[in-house]
Amino acid sequence: MSAGDQQRGGRLTVALPYLWLLAFFLVPFVIVLRISVSETVIAQPPYLPVLDWSQGLSGFYDFASALTLETYRLLASDTIYLLSYLKSVQVAALSTLMLLALGFPMAYAMARAPRRLQPVLVLLVILPFWTSFLIRIYAWINILQRDGLLNDVLMALGIISQPAAWLASDTAIYIGVVYSYLPFMVLPLYAALEKQDESFLEAAADLGCPRWRAFWLVTVPLAMRGVFAGCLLCFIPVVGEFVIPDLLGSSESLMIGQTLWTEFFGNKDWPLASALAVVLLMVLVVPLMIYERLQQRELDGARR
Amino acid sequence: MVRFDRVGRRFGSVAAVDDLSLDIAANEFVALLGPSGCGKTTLLRMLAGFETPDTGRVLLDGKDISAVPPYRRPVNMMFQSYALFPHLTVAGNIAFGLKREGLPRGEIETRVAEMLALARLTGLGERKPDQLSGGQRQRVALARSLAKRPRVLLLDEPMAALDRKLREETQFELMELRRRLGLTFVIVTHDQEEAMVMADRIALMDKGRIVQTGAPAEIYERPRTRWAAQFIGDINIIEGRVAADGSGVATDALGLLRAPVPAGLKPGDAVVLAVRPEKIALATSGDNNVAGTVSEVGYRGDKSLYKVAVAGGLSMKAAVANAVRAGGPAMGLNDRVTLSWPADAGLVLPP
Amino acid sequence: MTRRFSSFNMVSLTLGLAFLYLPIAILIIYSFNASRLVTVWGGWSLRWYAALLEDSAMLAAAWTTLRIALMSATAATVLGTMAALALTGRRRFHGRTLFAGMVYAPLVMPEVITGLSLLLLFVALDVDRGFWTVTIAHTTLTMCFVTVVVQSRLATFDRSLTEAAQDLGATPGRTFFLVTLPLIFPAIAAGWMLAFTLSIDDLVIASFTTGPGATTLPIRIYSEVRLGVKPEINAICTLMIATVAVGLTVVSLIGKRNAARRQRAAGAPL
Repeated sequence: MSAGDQQRGGRLTVALPYLWLLAFFLVPFVIVLRISVSETVIAQPPYLPVLDWSQGLSGFYDFASALTLETYRLLASDTIYLLSYLKSVQVAALSTLMLLALGFPMAYAMARAPRRLQPVLVLLVILPFWTSFLIRIYAWINILQRDGLLNDVLMALGIISQPAAWLASDTAIYIGVVYSYLPFMVLPLYAALEKQDESFLEAAADLGCPRWRAFWLVTVPLAMRGVFAGCLLCFIPVVGEFVIPDLLGSSESLMIGQTLWTEFFGNKDWPLASALAVVLLMVLVVPLMIYERLQQRELDGARR
Repeated sequence: MVRFDRVGRRFGSVAAVDDLSLDIAANEFVALLGPSGCGKTTLLRMLAGFETPDTGRVLLDGKDISAVPPYRRPVNMMFQSYALFPHLTVAGNIAFGLKREGLPRGEIETRVAEMLALARLTGLGERKPDQLSGGQRQRVALARSLAKRPRVLLLDEPMAALDRKLREETQFELMELRRRLGLTFVIVTHDQEEAMVMADRIALMDKGRIVQTGAPAEIYERPRTRWAAQFIGDINIIEGRVAADGSGVATDALGLLRAPVPAGLKPGDAVVLAVRPEKIALATSGDNNVAGTVSEVGYRGDKSLYKVAVAGGLSMKAAVANAVRAGGPAMGLNDRVTLSWPADAGLVLPP
Repeated sequence: MTRRFSSFNMVSLTLGLAFLYLPIAILIIYSFNASRLVTVWGGWSLRWYAALLEDSAMLAAAWTTLRIALMSATAATVLGTMAALALTGRRRFHGRTLFAGMVYAPLVMPEVITGLSLLLLFVALDVDRGFWTVTIAHTTLTMCFVTVVVQSRLATFDRSLTEAAQDLGATPGRTFFLVTLPLIFPAIAAGWMLAFTLSIDDLVIASFTTGPGATTLPIRIYSEVRLGVKPEINAICTLMIATVAVGLTVVSLIGKRNAARRQRAAGAPL
C-alpha cells in the first residue's frame, strides 16, 4: 500500500459511516419536517404538494407556496394531542424516578459486592436486555391478565378476594417500563459507583463523618454523572415508547408513540404523524442535547 | 550521522521543541536529559518518525528524512511501556519487524534465536508477554527493537518501570551490548544518574531547547548556567558580585569567596557562586572558610549530608563521605563547624 | 480495604434480580404447559413446540428475521467499527461534532421517530419496501450500538502498540490488520452480537419500514399477542431466549478467556 492509499483508507473510515448516517439518519428528519407541512390527500403518496423538479424554479415556487402549517394548527386545536404529549412526559418522568429509586440501591449493592462477583452481577443485569423487548412485555401479559399469575397469588394469599384488572391500566404501563428499562438505569449508575475509591469513605470517616452522611455527602455527589446518564437513557426513549403502552396500557388515554402510530397506520395521515414526530423531537431536544454532551465528555475523558 | 537542523514543533501555543540543532555521531551514546515536558520525548519521536517537525529538518546520513514515515526509517525504538503485542508470543514479537522486511523464513528463525540468546530469553520464545516478569518484558522489547539491526536505536525511558536494583543491572547490560554491537544509541531519560552512567554525551534540555551538551563529567563539573547546575545533582548557590580584584565573588553575608572568575566578566557584575556539597569539607584548611551551625543532619550510609546555617540567614549543604567506620555522622545538631573548600571547587555563573 | 456488603445491599440486589428474571422464568415454564388455557397448569408437554413446526407463516417470519439480522448486523459491524475508529482517531475532520451527534442520537431516539423518518425517506426515494429497507433501517440503528461498544475498547487501547508496529516497518494498513484488529476483535464480536439481537428484537422500526412479503418475527408475534396470550407464543419466545442464551454463552466464554489472559497480564510481577 502506498502512502496515498493510506490517506484514502483513513478518509474512507470517516466518510463511509458519515455518509451513511447523513443519508439514513439526518436526511430522513428533513423529510419528516417537509411532510409535516404538507396537506393530507388520499393518494400515493398520501400528501401534497409533491415537489416537481421538472418545472425548474417555478416548480419549486409552486411547491413552496403550497406548504401549509395546517397540521400544526390541528395539533394545537385538538386537546387529544396535547394530553397525549403530557401523558407521555408524565409517564416518562414518573417511571424514571421509580427506576432511579429501584436502580440506585441495586447498583450500589453491585458496586459493593465482592470484586470477583461483580462481573457476574453485571452480566445478570445485562442478560434480560438481550432477550427480546417484545417477549419481556409479553411475559407481563401472562402475569397481569385477569386470570393471570398475579391475581392467583394475591387471591391465594388472601390479599384480594376478587381478581383485579391489572392489565390495560397505567399501573401496567409503569410496571412494563420499569421492568424493561431497569438495566439502562442500573448500568450507568454502577459504572459511576464502581469507580469510587473506598478510601473516599474512609477519609470521610477519618474526618469524623458518620457513614450515612458520607453516603449523601460523598457517594451520591460523585455518582451524579451516572444518575444523569441513567435518567436520560430512560427518560428520552420512554417518552416515545409505543410497544409497552400499546400492549399493557388502556386504549382510553394514549401515549404519543401510540397516537403517532395510530395516525400513521390507522388514519394514514402522514403529515399529521410527521408533525407529531417533529413536536416530539422538540420536546426531547433539551434532554437530547444534555445526553449528547454527557456522551462527548465521557468519550473525551476516556481518551485523556 | 544524525543531525537535527533547527527543528521546531509546536502543540497549540506550546513550543515542545524550539529551533533546536543537535548532531549525533555514529556509534555515539547520547542521552536526552531534562525535566518532564522539556521536549526530549518529542525530539526522540521526530527521529522515529512519529512527529514531523514544523520547521527545520531531520537528517540521517546527510539525507533529509523529515517526511519519511516511521515504517520506512532504519531506526527502531524501544517504548517506555514496551508496547509488546499481547496477542503474539515473544518470538512473534521479535520476528514482527523481520517479517515486514520480507526476510526468508529460515533467516527470520536464525535471527530470532540470536536475539533471544542475546537478551537471555532462550526457552521463553513461545511465552506470551503477559507470562513474563517485568525485567523479561523489558528484554523482549529490547530484543525486538534490535532484531532489525537498526542504524540508530532509540530508547524512551527504557528503565522507568524497573525497580532500582534491576535498573542498575540493566544499565550495565545495555552498555555492554552497545560495546558489542557498535550501535548508535539515543536515550530519553529524566533520571540523571542513568544518563551519566551510560551516555558518552548528555544533551541537557529545557523548554524545547538544548541548554548544554557535553560528556557527563563536563555537564556535572562545568555547568554553564545556574539552571543546569541546579538541575544536575545538588549544589549550593550564593549570590554576589565579581570582586574588585577579580579573585572571586564578593557577597554581602559571607564576604569574599575565592573562585576562578571566567574571562569576560568585569568586577561588579552580578553573578552566583556555585559549589557542590561534596566539594565542601568540615575543616578550616581551604581557600574559603565559612563558619556556621549544623541545622540538619541527613545520614545516608555512604555519606552524611549536613545543612549548615551560616551568616546572613543563608544555609549551605555539605556532603561528607563516611570513609571511616563509625557509629554514625561525625557531627551532631547545633555543633559549630567551619565549612571550607578550595577556590577551584567553586563555579562563577551568570545569575 | 473494607467493603461492607450490608444486608440492605443483599435484599435490594436479590429483589431487583428476581424482578428481572421471574417473568421470563414464568414464560418459559408455561411454554411447556400441556393445557390450552394459558393459566391452568396441565402438566409438562412439548405440544406447543410441535405446533410451531406446523405454523409455516411463523417459520417464514423467523427465517426472514434471521436473514435481516445476519445482513444488518454484519453491515452495522463494519460501519460501526469504522465510525469508532474515526471518532477515536487523532485525525480531526470537518464536522466531527455532527458525526458524533449522529452516532449517539439513535441510541436514545424514540423508535417511532426513527421508523417514521426512514419510511418517509424510502417513500421519497420511491423504493419498494421489504427485506432491504428493513435491513438498511436496522443497519442504521445498530451500527451506533456497535460504535459505542468498539469505541469503549479503543479508548483504552495503548497507542504505542500501533506506533511500535509502524516503527518495526508495518505500514498503517498492515498495522491495522496485524495489531489493532486482533486486539479489538472481542469488542467487535460483542458489537456484532448486540446488533444481531437488536435486529431480531425490533418491532417498531421494522413495522414502519417493511413491505409486503417481509414480515419479521416480532411483527408476527405482535399481531398474535394483540389477540391475546397463546401457548405457541410462549414457545416461540422460549426458543428465541434459548437462541440468545446459547449465543451469549459462547461470547462470554470467549470473553472469559480473554479476561483471564488480561488478568494474568495485570497480575504478573513487574
